[in-house]
Amino acid sequence: MSSMNDQARRDFLKKAAAAATTATVAPGVVLHTLKAQPRTTAVTSKVRWGMLIDTSKCADGCTDCINACDKENGIDLVDKPEGADDAMWERQRPHWIRHVKLKDNLTGRVTNLPMMCQHCEEPPCADVCPTGASFRRADGIVMVDRHICIGCRYCMMACPYKARSFIHAEVAEKLTHTPRGKGCVESCNFCVHRLDNGQATTACQEACKHQAIVFGDLNDPDSAVSKALKAYPSVAVRDDLKLNPGVRYTNI
Amino acid sequence: MKKVHFSEWGIESPKFWGLLALIALVAAIGGVSALYMELNGHWVTGMTNQIVWGTPHVFAIFLIVAASGALNTASIASVFEKKLYKPLARLSGLLAITLLMGGLAVLVLDLGRPDRLIVAMTHYNFKSIFAWNIFLYTGFMAIVAVYLWFMMDRRMNRYYKPAGVGAFLWRIILTTGTGSIFGFIVARQGYDAALLAPMFVIMSFAYGLAILILVLMFTYKLDGRELGDKVLFRLKNLLGVFAAAVFYFTLVYHLTNLYGTENHEYEAFILRDGGIYTFLFWVGWVFVGCLLPIGLVYHPTIGKSRGGIIAAATAVILGGLATVYVIVIGGQAFPMAIFPGKTIVSSGFFDGVNGQPFLYSPSLAEVLLGIGGMALTLLLTFVAIRVLQFLPDSLADEVVDPHHAKS
Repeated sequence: MSSMNDQARRDFLKKAAAAATTATVAPGVVLHTLKAQPRTTAVTSKVRWGMLIDTSKCADGCTDCINACDKENGIDLVDKPEGADDAMWERQRPHWIRHVKLKDNLTGRVTNLPMMCQHCEEPPCADVCPTGASFRRADGIVMVDRHICIGCRYCMMACPYKARSFIHAEVAEKLTHTPRGKGCVESCNFCVHRLDNGQATTACQEACKHQAIVFGDLNDPDSAVSKALKAYPSVAVRDDLKLNPGVRYTNI
Repeated sequence: MKKVHFSEWGIESPKFWGLLALIALVAAIGGVSALYMELNGHWVTGMTNQIVWGTPHVFAIFLIVAASGALNTASIASVFEKKLYKPLARLSGLLAITLLMGGLAVLVLDLGRPDRLIVAMTHYNFKSIFAWNIFLYTGFMAIVAVYLWFMMDRRMNRYYKPAGVGAFLWRIILTTGTGSIFGFIVARQGYDAALLAPMFVIMSFAYGLAILILVLMFTYKLDGRELGDKVLFRLKNLLGVFAAAVFYFTLVYHLTNLYGTENHEYEAFILRDGGIYTFLFWVGWVFVGCLLPIGLVYHPTIGKSRGGIIAAATAVILGGLATVYVIVIGGQAFPMAIFPGKTIVSSGFFDGVNGQPFLYSPSLAEVLLGIGGMALTLLLTFVAIRVLQFLPDSLADEVVDPHHAKS
C-alpha cells in the first residue's frame, strides 16, 4: 500500500515538475524564436561592412567617438581593481577605439584620427588564433568568440594595428550584448549587436558631430561609404601588408 | 667500449627526500603564484595591453626550446652512431620530456583561461602555428617516450634506431615550430624573419646540452658515480661549438637587419638605445651566453676543470634566458610601425608616443611561476632517475672508451 502511495506521489511530482518547467521555459522559447528570427538567418558575404574616416574633419581634443564606444560596449563599466596602480591600469584596461595624433616626419603636418580594429579581409589575428576564437564573419566583421578564447594573446602579438585588449581583471557589471570576462581578448566589432538587429550605424559614427566617420556596406555601390570612397582618395593603414582592411582613411 | 650497466639513482633516502622536498617547495611556490595571477587576473602582473607576453613566456619558451635540445645527445648516439654518447641517451631522452613538461606547465598556467585547456584540445585552427605546436609538443613527448622504451627494453632494441630517427626529425620540426611563433608575426619588426626558426634550433642545441651537462654532473657527484674526463670534455667541447653557432646566428640576424633602412630604428633600439634590452643583449645574450662559455670551455686550464665546465654551462643557461627575454619582451617593447614615416605625437592607447618603447617590469609572481616550471622539470627528472634505470653506473674513461688504457 505504501509503495502504491509512493508511486502516486512520484508521478504527481514528475507531472508537477514538467508543468512548472513548461510554464517557465515555454514563454521564453516562444519569445526567443519570435524576436530572434532575423538573427537566425546566416550572415552572408553579400554585405561587407566598412568605414571611411576623414582625418581632416577629426578634431584635436575631441573624444566623442571614444566616449560613445565606451558607453555602447560597456567599457566604461570596467572598474579599476582595488589596489591597482593608476598608471599601470591605464596600460591594462581595454580600449576599443583610441585617438591618435600624428606628425609627418618630413613635412611636420599634423593629423588626428581614431584608430580601432581595421576589420581586415585577411586578419592576422584570426590566422594565428589556435582555437579559431578570432574569426572573420562573412560580412567582414572580425571578432572574438569569447566561449573558446583561451587567453593566449597570440592575436595581440600578431595584430599590426594594436587594436586588441586583454581583460586583465574581473568585470563586475557588463552589458548583455557585450559579454566580457577576465582572461579573454576583445576588440571593436563594428557594434555588431546593432547591425544584427537591423540598425546600420555604429556608436562612434553616430557620436561624431564632425561627420568624420562614414559607415556602411562596401559592397553596395549606392551606400554612403562606397560613394565617399569613390569620390575621395583614401588609404589603408599598413597597406604594405596587403590585409585589405575594411577601415580606410582620407587625408592622412 | 665495455658493456654499460644502468642503475637507479642511489643516493641515501634522507638526502633524496630532502632534495625532493626542497624542489617541490619551489615548484609549489610557482603553482601558488599562478593561482594568485589567475584569481586576480593579469593586472597583478607586469603585463599590459602593450607587453602581452611577459616573464612566464620567457621561461616557458626557454624550457621548451631546451627540451628539444636535450634530446641531442641521444640523437648523436642513435642517429649518427657515435658510441661515446650512447650511455647518455637515456638521460637525454628523459630530460627532453621533463623540460617540455616544465615549459608547457608555465605556458598553460599563464593563459588568460587555463581552465579552458580542453577547448585548446578540441578546437583547432590549422592555419595557426600555435595549434600545430599543440600536436608537435604532445607528439614529441609520446615519440620520445616510445624511443626511451625501445632503448631500455631489450626485446624492443631492434626498433631503437628508427624510433631515434623519428624523434630526431620530430624535434627539428618542433623547434622550427617554436621559432616560427615569432617568425610568422609580420607586423613586428623584431620578428618576421625566417632566420628565427633555424636560430631557435641552434639555441636549443646549446641550452639543452648545458642543462644535460649540469644535471649529469650533479647526479653523478651526489651518489659518487664516476664521470670521466673523456665524456665530459667531449660534451663541453660540443657546448662551445653550439655557443659559437648561436653567436654566428646572432651576427647574421643583426647584420642582415642593419642592411635594410626600415630596420635601423629597431636595431638602434636593441643594440644602442634600448636600456635594459640593450644591456641584456650585450651582457646577457652576447657575452654571458656566447663569448664567455666559448672562452671557458676552450681555455687550456679552466676548460679542463670541473668548475670551469660548470661555469660555462651555467653561463649558457643564464645567457639563454637573457636571449629569450630580449627576443620576447624586447621585440614587443619596440613600438610597431603602424604609421611608417610619421611620428605619433599623442595617443589614447600608448602607441609608442615619440618613438618611446613600452614599459615592462616583471612582477615577482611571474618570476616565481617561471622558476617553478624549472623546479617541476628537476622534480620529474629526479623522481624518474630514482625509480628507473636512467643513469649509467659509471662513465669512467675506461668504460666509455676501450682504447683509453692503451693511450
